[in-house]
Amino acid sequence: MTDEVVLLDFWPSMFGMRVRVALAEKGINYQYKEQDLKNKNELLLKMNPVHKKIPVLIHNGKAVCESLVIVQYIDEVWNDRSPLLPSDPYQRAQARFWADFVEQKAVYAVGKKLFSTKGEEQEAAKKEFLEIYKTLERELGDKPYFGGETFGFVDIALITFYSWFYVFETFGKFSMEAECPKIIAWAKRCLQKESVAKSLPDQKKVYELALELFGLK
Amino acid sequence: MADEVVLLDFWPSMFGMRVRIALAEKGIKYQYKEEDLRHKSELLLKMNPVHKQIPLLIHNGKPVCESLIIVQYIDEVWNHKSPLLPSDPYQRAHARFWADFVDRKVYGVGRKLWATKGEEQEAAKKEFLEIYKTLESELGEKPYFGGETFGFVDLSFVTFYSWFYVYENFGKFSMEAEFPQIVAWVKRCMQKESIANTLPDQKKIYEFVLKLKKIFGLE
Repeated sequence: MTDEVVLLDFWPSMFGMRVRVALAEKGINYQYKEQDLKNKNELLLKMNPVHKKIPVLIHNGKAVCESLVIVQYIDEVWNDRSPLLPSDPYQRAQARFWADFVEQKAVYAVGKKLFSTKGEEQEAAKKEFLEIYKTLERELGDKPYFGGETFGFVDIALITFYSWFYVFETFGKFSMEAECPKIIAWAKRCLQKESVAKSLPDQKKVYELALELFGLK
Repeated sequence: MADEVVLLDFWPSMFGMRVRIALAEKGIKYQYKEEDLRHKSELLLKMNPVHKQIPLLIHNGKPVCESLIIVQYIDEVWNHKSPLLPSDPYQRAHARFWADFVDRKVYGVGRKLWATKGEEQEAAKKEFLEIYKTLESELGEKPYFGGETFGFVDLSFVTFYSWFYVYENFGKFSMEAEFPQIVAWVKRCMQKESIANTLPDQKKIYEFVLKLKKIFGLE
């Protein structure tokens, strides 16, 4: 019996992108269903009644929600290729810790404050944003990937924010390359992977959408 | 070679309690170190430099941080008895989803209930009741969130039981009246030694909160 895999998603979502990257890494065929978040359809509301959010993975009719939960699920079901999490329990705990750091520090929320606030509030958001990325840069160190020699869970959790860097840079008035060169080098390394390159939308397209979405024109 | 397991913790922390229960379920011997969160020890700051928070498990000198990550680590290393997560990937994803829900929603709203007043507190109470209704609906008729056996979601949520008296007192409602199924589920969990021996008394937690409110000028 072949697997039926459906992904409910929204193209600029860095959370949705994580699932796209994971599915691509594993070479899984799936049906992508673009969602209109201003008019959520019955399928989304039925499959994620608690949060009503994307991404939602529907595997043989059963829903899995929350991007990092979905990525772990994908790794465990399709466990015969391209492992996304380490096999050692301690390394696995470290990977979960750093993916959780990306989530907890609400990189998305802080980034959002960068373009939706002004003056002192924006300055504070910019300071916080750069501190978070500097901590991540320290954790990366001289490793090619957060996972070490191979691309893994933490890389997936963070790389999808790359699509939004141009938005953050433009509104925050800074250059990621200047502030966090190692992160940019790491991102470019990740983008050489087909699974990442084909899952991440163009930064300018995301910028245009952000202008529209947040009424910033 | 014997394992060396140390837990840096703070007795009223519902997050720390999760780890204590997991260690008890697995029958793991460990050294408990109480932290003074207003004067964090060098060990804590060295082992958890990113968040500087408890609970922190140190296993043979290596730190693991974040309560649910620690619980999964314990489950994977000591995998010879009392599984805490299901073996099926879909059930596991379901368990992680609900533990994540507890983490994101339950702590914050509870804190607002005892730390705020007036309109803010009223709004917190409304949110609190909604969140617990959602949890009750997820529990349904099952004996545990995990189904027939106590599991990851049960563990992530049951530790808030110590704080129920605080919530009831400041929110001015009765958990038993509003959420009879949750209270029944808690009583079922409390029959387990690992939980009964771990959860501090509700009145002690209440005394602690009264002290906290004084210290932070929240009276």
